[in-house]
Amino acid sequence: MGMTMIEKILAAHSDQDALKPGDIVNARVDMVLGNDITTPVAVEEFNKIGVDKVFDKEKIAIVPDHFAPNKDIKAAEQVNMIRKFARKHEITNFFEVGQMGIEHVILPEKGLTLPGEIIIGADSHTCTYGALGALGTGVGSTDMAAAMATGKAWFKVPPTIKFVYKGKLKPHVSGKDLILYTIGQIGVDGALYKAMEFTGEAIDNLSMEGRMTMSNMAIEAGGKAGLIAADEKTEEYLKGRTQRDYTVRNADSDAEYEQVIEIDVSQIEPQVAFPSLPENTKGLDEIEEKIEIQQSVIGSCTNGRIEDLRVAAEILKGQKVNENVRCLVFPGSQAVYKQAMNEGLFDIFIDAGVAVSTPTCGPCLGGHMGVLAEGEKAISTTNRNFVGRMGSTGSEVYLASPAVAAASAIKGYIAGPEEVK
Amino acid sequence: MVFKGKVFKYGDNVDTDVIIPARYLNSADPENLAAHCMEDIDEDFADEVSEGDIIVGGKNFGSGSSREHAPLAIKYAGVSCVVAESFARIFYRNSINIGLPILECPAAVQATETGDQLEVNIDQGQVKNLRTGKTYQAVAFPPFMQEIIKDGGLIEHVKKELV
Repeated sequence: MGMTMIEKILAAHSDQDALKPGDIVNARVDMVLGNDITTPVAVEEFNKIGVDKVFDKEKIAIVPDHFAPNKDIKAAEQVNMIRKFARKHEITNFFEVGQMGIEHVILPEKGLTLPGEIIIGADSHTCTYGALGALGTGVGSTDMAAAMATGKAWFKVPPTIKFVYKGKLKPHVSGKDLILYTIGQIGVDGALYKAMEFTGEAIDNLSMEGRMTMSNMAIEAGGKAGLIAADEKTEEYLKGRTQRDYTVRNADSDAEYEQVIEIDVSQIEPQVAFPSLPENTKGLDEIEEKIEIQQSVIGSCTNGRIEDLRVAAEILKGQKVNENVRCLVFPGSQAVYKQAMNEGLFDIFIDAGVAVSTPTCGPCLGGHMGVLAEGEKAISTTNRNFVGRMGSTGSEVYLASPAVAAASAIKGYIAGPEEVK
Repeated sequence: MVFKGKVFKYGDNVDTDVIIPARYLNSADPENLAAHCMEDIDEDFADEVSEGDIIVGGKNFGSGSSREHAPLAIKYAGVSCVVAESFARIFYRNSINIGLPILECPAAVQATETGDQLEVNIDQGQVKNLRTGKTYQAVAFPPFMQEIIKDGGLIEHVKKELV
C-alpha cells in the first residue's frame, strides 16, 4: 500500500519500510530551529542534559527575529544568551541582525529546507517548509533542546487530509485567500493531530511564495504539517541555493487519506478573517459594513516575500495611504529587502506614505514596531488575529492578503483592490 | 498522582497568546510568567489561583504559538493539572515534555463549572467532580508518552537514553 508524504518522510528518517497513522517513531531530523523567544528556554534545558556538544553544528539554525533588533533590555539579554550559545557551539546558521530575516523566510531562501527533509522548529510556523515538500513542524523549547543533543525527535504518524484545489483563481486571489478560505471551511481545529496535503491545479499554478503562504498557516487549522509535492517549480526555486543532495518524497498514487476535500477555487473571493479566530472568514463580497482601520501591516513569515511586496506595490503605486492609517511594510529577509529596493518598490511605498522596516516578527505578535492601542483595528497579512495578538486586548486584527491590506490602507477601511482606481 | 483543586473553566480555542501574552516573553523567569498567566482572558486569575487548582478548557486548548512559556506559566502559577476536551498538538507535546499533567476528557469538561472541586487521578486517567460525585474516564496516553511522564519529562527521559 502506498504512503502519504508525511508517512514517507517519517519512514525514511526512521529506517522503516512503511508507516501508518498511529505508529510512533523516533526520527532523525535534518534541521533544528529556534528563535530569540524559544531558544533561551531550550538552551537552559539543553544544559541540563549534560552533553558538551550539539549533535551537528550545521543542522541547527538560530534566528533572533521576534524581538530583534532588540526591543528592550530584557530582549537584548535573551539574544545575548543565545548568541553566546551559538558561538560556544559554533552554530553555522546563527543569523545576526544584518543577516537576519524572519526565520521562515530565510531558511528556504538559504537552501536550509529541502524536499523530503525533516525540520523541527521551536516556532509554530515551522510548517511553512511543507511548501518545499519537506516535513516542517512546530515543537516547543524542550523538544528543541532534546533534538540539539540527540538529532532526533519523537513523532506520532498522523492521518492526512488531502485538499484538491480545482479551477483557476480570480484576479487578486492568492495563496493567502486559499488558505484562509480552507481554514474557514474546516475550522481552527479542523486538522488537529493531522497532516494536510495541498494538491490540485490551483496549487500547481501557485508560485513558491504562494505555496509557502499556504503551508505557513496549516497550524491555524491545528495541522501538524501542510505539505505540497515538490515539482519543477520547487527545483527551479532551489537552483543556486544549495549544494546538498536531497530525495523528493511525494505521496504515492495509492496513498490512503483520512479524507479528501475538493475545493473549486474559481468561486473564491479575496478573504478576510475577522477577529478573533482565523476561521472567521468572509469573502470581500460578503462584507456589508464599512470597517475602518488604523493600521495595515504587510509582511511577516506568511506574506513577507518578494511577490507579496510586488503585489502591494502595484496597488499602492501613485496612491496615498489614508490619513487615518499607518501602513507598515516588513520585508521578510535582507535579500527580499534588497530586491524590493532594487526593483523600485521602496520608492512606491515611501511616496505613498508607507513605513518600510528592517525584517522582524515584531508587530505580528504585538512585540514592537506597530503595537495597537485599545479600540484600534488593523488589517494584516500575518497569520493570527487572536485577542490582544497585536497589542491591547481591546484592539482587533483582520487577516487578509497583501492586495487587500494595501487597498485597505489607501481607502482607510477594509476594501478590495478593485475599489482602488 | 492525585490532584484536588478548584476549577477555573474557560471555553474553546484558548490560545497561548492569552495564556501568556507576547509582551511578557522577553523573560522566561518563573515569577514573571506566573504573574501574567491567563492575563488576557482572565485578568484576576493570577490573584485568585491557589496551589493545586485546576484549569478546565474546551476544544483545542493551547492553540497558536509554540511558546513553551504557556504551559510553564500555568505550572509556575501553581496549577496542578489541565483538563480539556482537546489540546492543540504543540501545547500537548510541551506539557508532557515539561511535566505539566494534562488530560483529555470531554465528558468531564462539559459537566464542570468554574468553582467546582475536581479530583484528578492522572495514573488512572480519572476525573471526579466532587460537587456532583460523578467520575469520568479520560483518553489514555500512548505507552511511550507514559514513559516520558514517568521519567519526569523529556529532558530526564533523554538523559536516561544518552547515559
